[in-house]
Amino acid sequence: MSELALILLGTALVNNFVLVKFLGLCPFMGVSRKLETAVGMGLATTFVLTLSAVLSYLVNSWLLEPFGLAYLRTIAFILVIAAVVQFTELVIHRASPLLHQVLGLFLPLITTNCAVLGVALLNVQQIHGLLQSAFYGFGAALGFSLVLVLFASLRERLAVAEVPQPFQGAAIALITAGLMSLAFMGFTGLARL
Amino acid sequence: MMQSAAPHLRPRHDVPRLMRSVLLALIPGTLAMVWLFGWGVLLNILLCGATALATEALMLRLRGRPIAPALGDHSALLAALLLALCLPPLLPWWMPVLGTFFALALGKHLYGGLGFNPFNPAMLGYVFLLVSFPGSMVLWPSPDLAPPGLLQTLAVGSGMTAFDMVSGATPLDGLKTALAAGQPVAAQRNGFGPFSLHQEPDWLLINALFLLGGLYLLRHRMVAWQIPLGVLLGLGLPAFAAWLIAPDQFADPLFHLFAGGAMLGAFFVATDPVSASTTPLGRLYYGLGIGILVWVIRSWGGYPEGVAFAVLLMNLAAPLLDRLCRPRIAGQG
Repeated sequence: MSELALILLGTALVNNFVLVKFLGLCPFMGVSRKLETAVGMGLATTFVLTLSAVLSYLVNSWLLEPFGLAYLRTIAFILVIAAVVQFTELVIHRASPLLHQVLGLFLPLITTNCAVLGVALLNVQQIHGLLQSAFYGFGAALGFSLVLVLFASLRERLAVAEVPQPFQGAAIALITAGLMSLAFMGFTGLARL
Repeated sequence: MMQSAAPHLRPRHDVPRLMRSVLLALIPGTLAMVWLFGWGVLLNILLCGATALATEALMLRLRGRPIAPALGDHSALLAALLLALCLPPLLPWWMPVLGTFFALALGKHLYGGLGFNPFNPAMLGYVFLLVSFPGSMVLWPSPDLAPPGLLQTLAVGSGMTAFDMVSGATPLDGLKTALAAGQPVAAQRNGFGPFSLHQEPDWLLINALFLLGGLYLLRHRMVAWQIPLGVLLGLGLPAFAAWLIAPDQFADPLFHLFAGGAMLGAFFVATDPVSASTTPLGRLYYGLGIGILVWVIRSWGGYPEGVAFAVLLMNLAAPLLDRLCRPRIAGQG
């Protein structure tokens, strides 16, 4: 139990996928202009990440390894992720057309969110079990959503700041992300497995 | 000349006056640090102050803004002083210079100068130095030895000699090392008076004087009271609870409150009106968050002191806190 809690804390804060591992930077930069979209993107990614972490674990241990197909792992995982994203898109389209419209292009782009594939591959690399994989995916997604929402609320404030011309837009956003990463170094050493 | 409509009341606090009062309130604690740790503290303050003014002027010039009013509001000097007070007293000269430049150029002017910086510039400079040069940034002079003289300070400051002979661990550092080695808290070095078993009188004095300065600021309503209250509660309550449950593994709350940069952080750093939360309830949560994070980082983190990280992390959360704690407008919502 405490191991699962540590996995959750470790992936969400200490080894945050965005600010410490630098994975999933595209949606982090792309969907963080407004708080509402950031919350929606966080929820969608959480759903996809957790589900795809579990499914890719199952595919890996029931299909790829018994048949000696480990060399197909990356492609197989991408396929799994794409399927989960399609499923999520259907669900969101039916459940909340507004959110579907807001997230727009970014929803299919979760497929290419490297954090999703990263979680699936890291689960194999670190020899996680089913429950561990699920918590690893969920923790990564929690950390991603937390950072995304914080960044979005910060960027809404930056939008009215008198940022010098050459630094407006993506430049100041990247600098801010770097400074956030500096702040997250304070969590170093918190959750040792 | 700009003429505004009546009433022509002088505001109680304009920026230069506020900054001057904060600088004034920092003096007792600063003098104590100079007395206890020697010339190095003064050298750091001079280096940081000069770099701050130069950086401020340079950045304002690059941005095509008038230089004189911004230099006259003392905000750069205050950031420099806060950074200098966090630095260990014997560093090669280029470290304080680099840290101050980073703090003001990246932390303040790239965001549009005073009033727009999302992070506390002084803490950014400190964390930047701590992460980049962890070895030098944790070396504090041992309190058992006389503080190094002026000549030695200058020799180290100019980078001619390295400083390693008289350094010792700070109480927080020592506590962490001893706990990692399996010693219970009570078995560690004897401390001072009624306070605790392992409080250094030096750090107790410094923190008490910063507390005094902070109370002066509160008395004159220069800072929002919710923030320091939140920080002290957030640090003290979990520390108290943990100490009641397992006194062998956790330091007591008084130790936490009077160790490291607790008081300086609670009253002078966290209360920076630009990077802190701005709603009344948000300020309380902001302070509580800082206090809890300081305690968590001190108790389990990889760094001995967590004030700077805690402030930056809560700076990060401040816009969201403000949004969630926005006071309801009468008649709406």
